[in-house]
Amino acid sequence: MARVVFPEHLLRHTGGQRELELFVDNYRELLAVLEERWPGIRGPLNKSAVAIDGQIYQGAFLEPVHADSEVFFMARIEGG
Amino acid sequence: MAEAVDLRVVGTTPVRPDGVDKVTGRAQFGADLNMPNMLHGRILRSPHAHARIKRVDLSKALAMQGVYAAVSGADFPMLASGEVSGEAGGDLADIARNVMARDKALYHGHAVAAVAATSLEVAEQALDAIEVDYEVLPPVLDVLEAMAADATLLDEQCFTKGLSETPDKPSNIAAMVKLARGDLEAGFAAADVVVEGEYRIPMAHQGYIEPHACTATVNEEGKATVWCCTQGHFDFRTMTAHILGCKIADLKFIASEIGGGFGGKTVVYLEPVAVMLSKKAGRPVKLVMTREEVFRATGPTSGSVVRVKVGARKDGRITAAKAWLAYEAGGLAGAPVGPGVMSIFAPYDLDNFLVEGYEVLVNKPKVAAYRAPGAPQSMHAMEVALDDIARQLDMDPLDLRLRNAADEGTQAPYGPKFPPIGFKACIEAAKKHPNYLAQVPEGAGRGVAAGFWFNIGMQSSAEVRINEDGSVVVMEGNPDIGGSRASMCLMAAETLGVPYEQVKTYVGDTESTGYCMVTGGSRTTFATGMAVVRACEDIIAECKARAAATWGVDKDQVEWQDGTAVPAPGVNADVNPLSLADLAASASATGGPILGKASLNAQGAGASFSINFADLKVDKETGAVEVLSYTAIQDAGKAIHPAYVEGQMQGGAAQGIGWALNEEYIYDQDGVMENAGFLDYRMPVASDLPMIDTEIVEVPNPSHPYGVRGVGETPIVAPLGVAANAVRDAIGIRINDLPMSPPRILAALDAA
Repeated sequence: MARVVFPEHLLRHTGGQRELELFVDNYRELLAVLEERWPGIRGPLNKSAVAIDGQIYQGAFLEPVHADSEVFFMARIEGG
Repeated sequence: MAEAVDLRVVGTTPVRPDGVDKVTGRAQFGADLNMPNMLHGRILRSPHAHARIKRVDLSKALAMQGVYAAVSGADFPMLASGEVSGEAGGDLADIARNVMARDKALYHGHAVAAVAATSLEVAEQALDAIEVDYEVLPPVLDVLEAMAADATLLDEQCFTKGLSETPDKPSNIAAMVKLARGDLEAGFAAADVVVEGEYRIPMAHQGYIEPHACTATVNEEGKATVWCCTQGHFDFRTMTAHILGCKIADLKFIASEIGGGFGGKTVVYLEPVAVMLSKKAGRPVKLVMTREEVFRATGPTSGSVVRVKVGARKDGRITAAKAWLAYEAGGLAGAPVGPGVMSIFAPYDLDNFLVEGYEVLVNKPKVAAYRAPGAPQSMHAMEVALDDIARQLDMDPLDLRLRNAADEGTQAPYGPKFPPIGFKACIEAAKKHPNYLAQVPEGAGRGVAAGFWFNIGMQSSAEVRINEDGSVVVMEGNPDIGGSRASMCLMAAETLGVPYEQVKTYVGDTESTGYCMVTGGSRTTFATGMAVVRACEDIIAECKARAAATWGVDKDQVEWQDGTAVPAPGVNADVNPLSLADLAASASATGGPILGKASLNAQGAGASFSINFADLKVDKETGAVEVLSYTAIQDAGKAIHPAYVEGQMQGGAAQGIGWALNEEYIYDQDGVMENAGFLDYRMPVASDLPMIDTEIVEVPNPSHPYGVRGVGETPIVAPLGVAANAVRDAIGIRINDLPMSPPRILAALDAA
């Protein structure tokens, strides 16, 4: 199962749960599952970046999530 | 990714295509546009650092001869909180309030009204005629005092974001960010040495040489055209549309050449005001900031207080690290504390750490992005702590860093495992560098520090057009700050297989090319470069199809070699190869003009690490610091144009050295900046610095066609720690606070 980890600023939306494991095929499905579990979390997740297997996406959509994937939500990066 | 041995053009150093116009004065910068009947605008700025605005009366100004328009906060719509399109600066409602104050002036210099008149002199007189009633409030200037429970509030609606529960009471703490891993207590218990300290860094400005400037004209249909110096005209268009409550399609933005930005020109200040004034006046309006306005009212980067505690074993392995960050946001939220938290430990493989960061409102200018926003402040503290550990362990500072260096597969402090990165390669390069192997000059000190930045990709577009003679036009939408036109030409030439000279790159306006996010975040060569490569691949596919049609073979039977369509090996076709020029000449018969395009949201920007070291000498009578030598080593992934990569490294080093040694916002007790000019805000000039030596490390980023990582941010990060550690080495005294200006160094020497 894919391991999904939330940073501190998202814990208020997950009832304090820091990580979970689940089966999904891609990021769109992951968002749908998380929204079903924690209604309202989609908005904050859409404002976050996500790293899937080390690759950081500032706007993920259909990126594959494998059974052994590691998914980390994180603050979006800016730059000068 | 293309193999390095295959590259023909990428990695060479041709002269930039915009160079001649820039050195001969032909290039048009923000203030250079003049139009018939153009009016000159000026902005009235708050004389108070913190004040309630009770009344703004424009009537006397509007009654003056030669005054065509005047506006104040009441002329702009109130925005609900929302997110900025793109980057830099936080919430759109806050950006709107920064462009023009509404109920409160939040820093000395905050815009409260503006006029447009037939001359600058009349405009200045009109500013004097505007009546503003202020209720002056106590200014909040110190970040730690601002965090106190009984501090005067800047915003009664500011409830700290990022906490597990929304707080009951408002405060000046706009946001909290936290990262943690492992068992901190056990980590410190396992340490043989523990160091800790508190480090303060004042606000510093990006110091771009060109002040903000724009000209706007609004026609009778309400459609506006805006010329401005910007790092991203598409995002300026979006912000302006939101701030004015108009349609994006009613705004056309044209980017001028830009005299530096470094992040400070990723957010609007003048443009919505110029459009509003032009709309009211029915004439074009030009707004140009003075240098003083640039300092007082455009984004510096956050001043900070950072506390760090680090423990390590005798062998140098770090067992635990803890950090606490407080970053000044200025009068409105938007401080880069998130990246500060995420970057402080990023170069190192740590099992146990905790870092908490706070973004704090103070009555100073709203901060804006500045090269690697947030990283220099936090990483300075960590790099100083590591230097102290190396001293206690009598260990070479490079060996200490190598002992703990992150590598491919290391779990970054902010979550994911690193893909291939070049930090260890940078350290190894430093250990072998002749400047490091050389003895430290008599009386001098040597400092070492690491740098890091994430780098970003995001949305970009590009079009590639083939002219009738086979020459190539690249159209993209990123203002060229550091030589990006040349890099785009190189990547297009490489991909198409044509000479560099055959390609020209143009920066289109918002109506002539597709969306490109700002030139910032070290993203342009990576993301827009990727779009250019994809558009060129589109061209190649089209050319192969046309060659196949010309020869009467299947398009799979055509290959593209060195800018020419040739039959694939084994294809039985008695034909002559077709060059790009041949295909362009026959384009009317084979389907019309040849055009390639690409749009993408580039993912997989590769983190860029650095190691810098320098030898500095301190004059113990004057406290002045002389930089004897400075060496910057950085992983660029692949240097498309090595000379411009070196330029980024040298420029970032110069800015970082300036921040470390002299630059600071100095305030009086009323919150008035006392050094708002280059004479008193002391940036390094050419005679202050030696030639910065560079070494480019190339650990390719597998996510880019040519391995690009992006290089613009990382170079400013390490110099703060380098200078602090070198001064410590030179005088034997640790100075925790920056800048290490002559008075501060003399005070430290006297105290010792």
